[in-house]
Amino acid sequence: MSVFLAQLLNGLQYGLLLFLIASGLTLIFGVLRVINLAHGSLFMMGAYAAFLVVRTSGSLWLALPAAILIGVGLGLLLERFLFRHFYNREHLDQVLLTFALILLFEEFRSLLVGNDFHSVPIPDALNFSVPITAGFSYAAYRFVVIGVCLCLAAVLFFWIERTKTGAVIRAAAEKPEMVEILGIDASRVHLTVFAVGTALAMAAGALAAPLTSVYPNMGDGLLIISFVVVVIGGLGSISGAFWSALLIGLVDTLGKAYGPAFASRGGMGAVIAAAAAMSVYILMVGVLLFRPTGLFGGRS
Amino acid sequence: MLTTKITRRSLLATGAAAAASSIPTGWAIAQPKPVKVGLMLPYSGTFAQLGENITYAIEMYLAEKGGKLGGREIQLVKLDDESKPELGLQNADRLIKRDNVDVLIGTVHSGVQMAIHKAVTESGTLCIVPNAGAVAVTRNLCAKNVFRTSFSNWQPAYGMGVVMGKRGVKKAAWVTWDYAAGAESGEGFKQGLEANGGQVVQTLTLKFPETNFQPLLAQIPGLGVDAVGSFFAGGGAINFVKDYAAAGLKVPLVGSGFLTEGVLGPQGAAAEGVETALHYGDGIDNPKNNAFRAAFKAKANREADVYAVQGYDAAQLLGIGLEAVKGNMENEAGLYKAMREAKIDSPRGPISFSKSQEIVQNIYVRKATGGLNKVTGVAVANLADPGTGCKL
Amino acid sequence: MTDAHRMMPQSWRSWIALAAGTAMLAALPFFATPYYVGLLTTAMIGAMLALAVHLLVGATGLVSLGHGAFYGLAAYVVYLISPEGAALPIWQTLPAAMVVAGLAALLIGSLALRTRGFFFLMVTLAFGQMIFFVFHDTKLGGGTDGAYLVKPLIAAFGFELNPASLPRVRRAWPVYYVALVQLVAIYLVLAFLFRSMLGRVLEGIKINEPRMRALGFNTYRYKLAAFTVAGMFAGAAGHMWSLHTGFVNPELVSWQKSAEALLIILLGGIGSLSGAVVGAFAFYGLAEVAQLVTERKLLVEGAVIFLVVIMFREGLTGIRFPRRHRKVPVPDAPSETRVHG
Repeated sequence: MSVFLAQLLNGLQYGLLLFLIASGLTLIFGVLRVINLAHGSLFMMGAYAAFLVVRTSGSLWLALPAAILIGVGLGLLLERFLFRHFYNREHLDQVLLTFALILLFEEFRSLLVGNDFHSVPIPDALNFSVPITAGFSYAAYRFVVIGVCLCLAAVLFFWIERTKTGAVIRAAAEKPEMVEILGIDASRVHLTVFAVGTALAMAAGALAAPLTSVYPNMGDGLLIISFVVVVIGGLGSISGAFWSALLIGLVDTLGKAYGPAFASRGGMGAVIAAAAAMSVYILMVGVLLFRPTGLFGGRS
Repeated sequence: MLTTKITRRSLLATGAAAAASSIPTGWAIAQPKPVKVGLMLPYSGTFAQLGENITYAIEMYLAEKGGKLGGREIQLVKLDDESKPELGLQNADRLIKRDNVDVLIGTVHSGVQMAIHKAVTESGTLCIVPNAGAVAVTRNLCAKNVFRTSFSNWQPAYGMGVVMGKRGVKKAAWVTWDYAAGAESGEGFKQGLEANGGQVVQTLTLKFPETNFQPLLAQIPGLGVDAVGSFFAGGGAINFVKDYAAAGLKVPLVGSGFLTEGVLGPQGAAAEGVETALHYGDGIDNPKNNAFRAAFKAKANREADVYAVQGYDAAQLLGIGLEAVKGNMENEAGLYKAMREAKIDSPRGPISFSKSQEIVQNIYVRKATGGLNKVTGVAVANLADPGTGCKL
Repeated sequence: MTDAHRMMPQSWRSWIALAAGTAMLAALPFFATPYYVGLLTTAMIGAMLALAVHLLVGATGLVSLGHGAFYGLAAYVVYLISPEGAALPIWQTLPAAMVVAGLAALLIGSLALRTRGFFFLMVTLAFGQMIFFVFHDTKLGGGTDGAYLVKPLIAAFGFELNPASLPRVRRAWPVYYVALVQLVAIYLVLAFLFRSMLGRVLEGIKINEPRMRALGFNTYRYKLAAFTVAGMFAGAAGHMWSLHTGFVNPELVSWQKSAEALLIILLGGIGSLSGAVVGAFAFYGLAEVAQLVTERKLLVEGAVIFLVVIMFREGLTGIRFPRRHRKVPVPDAPSETRVHG
């Protein structure tokens, strides 16, 4: 039973990290309706930012705020000089442009830092593990990740639900035209959303860096799953992304934990295991076909 | 610095090739043409350092021999294969058909190796593998023009299994990525262990190249095993060893040497005490190794590693072959025979080749101590890959 | 936006260009080394896939990130149906590949086409990922490292051509000519398709779907037809890939493959069949030059895509006929997709 508890914890931590990444995407996506394939690259840059900060200053505590600040700056720049001109462009253009950005960001990273793997050391204060079952301990830093993600989630939720800016953003997510009609400066809203979205992705990267280490193309694996989270949770919905990310995190973890046992039974078992692994995509298609506003509500 | 050299060199090489190919062979000049050696290696991406080390070592050996092997000048043509299997055939064709190389040395990634293998078996070009360990290359797909100076995925893991079995491990688990290298290593570990009284009771795998190991690690305590064998490389190895330590698992972690090869720095304290088996390690004290390491450090400005040794030995093997036929590559039978029967004094110890043209070498046990993989003994001496299914 | 009239080679000039292009390609092997014959074959396969994607995107306005999946699926089908170590003749493998790809497209399209715009993009991505998963994470297709297959025999109607029987210099020729024949065939089929009722309906759907429905057309069926045919042609291209390389790997069914096809039609010029072909040749030519000249291939690729999207949106064939652009201003249709999205 305690192994199950450990797996729940794993699923929770993974899901929360997914939420952090996906929250940025759902904002950009939901409000600006811009397809950004480079979102995984933003995660990568946040992780590398953390690596560089730790390498130069020696302190991981500075990494997260640094990543957020850089994220805000980068988001503002990207919106103002690039994405702003692409809101009205065809999906094809957005897909290809952001695809090009993935390549450019990776090359930029390669020129700046090179292609080696780098570890991001956890500060000594946190470098211990908490035993949670007889033979299995949980790294303290992972608890920190859980905590920080929950805090950020709360802050985000509060911002979206309780503040005026948040209300404007929610309105923009639901009906982009409304914002203009109400006389609100749309470009301000766009800048804010893009800056926050980018900052969230980079924060996720910075937070994850000590756990995953930094390496080329590290954002690739997260790109698609972020889209899955966003679609299932509902475009533009922070709370949707939250529950959807947790769901996917748990399904993925439990699938990894118990799936192979099914697969090894061969035949039907292998099919079930494969279906379980594909379940998030099947769910995504289901949502798109039957409930495009998302499983967990299309409004924040 | 290395990268700009490559561009200029390959441009010169291509230019030279274009010029040379326009000279009708009937007008062959008294001076023999240089032997074109294509290096198909990763010079970008996560395996770039491996490609670079192999290249440095080859260049080092050529410099020692004055740039000539068997009386013929050696011309290197470098190609970055980016470790991408989907580009493998295209890249191999570039070297073989466009640049007309006489020898192809490559590569690091096993997926790309299969592409090279297909290309060289079709064209008959001599190929020396300086790293990729896919067992098929010297088993069911073996070919008379393909040699390997690195390892087969089976070898190091087999050595580890033998050591575990001899120490009295009765039940072990095997953790790896779900891909060919992981499966082939697992085979080796299992066979080595079973030959010595143990068995692998559980295999835990993860989709390649994911690094979310937590769900697997959480299962380990419940397995009741005496040891956990594993195969990971690169970033995966860094994260796995760190996560394993952070999970406070009481079961000792062992594995194929790539678990700790070249990654001890990033792994830090988490790797301390981890034992692995590989055909190279730190502290091998023989004159050849000492000279090799010193020279490599001087040239590359970093410590030599197993990849450098593998590259160096690829060059040594080519040298022996060319010497035996006095540079006449047309004498294929003589060339291949000389290479197959070669006994090489490698920095890692004495090496030779099996019938399937796979390397035969010592597998050492190492223990990660203070940032080095200190060799503590020999797991298996002169281990040959079974070469199952090879018709050579 | 796109000059719809350019989609159909109506003028005799375009037919001459087509004939000239074909003749040039047919004559090329006599002047090129085997390496370049192989490279051109790869470019032609890319052109076949680009034509299929053009049918979908350029002609019908359905931007999909899943078409690489039909391409790769067909390539894998050849692998899966070939018995161990033996080759099947292409009169068996080609129909099999096209039928499977077509059926998959029919199935997926029937579901995906119930959505529009951005949601359609996401559904095709999801299905593409499912297919990717099957070949990347299961043993079915050899897993992440891919698998080698014995290339199908070029044999039909009792006639067989074994490349090994040819002198080494000409070994790549049979595959080259098979690819050329298929490329021209697909091109002609699409050219006639666009001149037919189906082609005009698709054009209408691309510009203003509600209006087409108001006119009484069952747009869903037309879109599904286009989707399926595009899937079949993508399958033909994928089959050709197996024939050409004898190797399949999961990257063939990745979303990046689909993105690459989208790039090719943009590079060549959306809105014309010739654009798809020109784009493919330009793409592979550029990649080859980049490989010779620089270490930073990806930087070049990224920069090129970036510039094309931002500045040269009309693509290569677009710059050649500047006058045709300004003639008829076509109303901007992109917001169309957002209203429904």
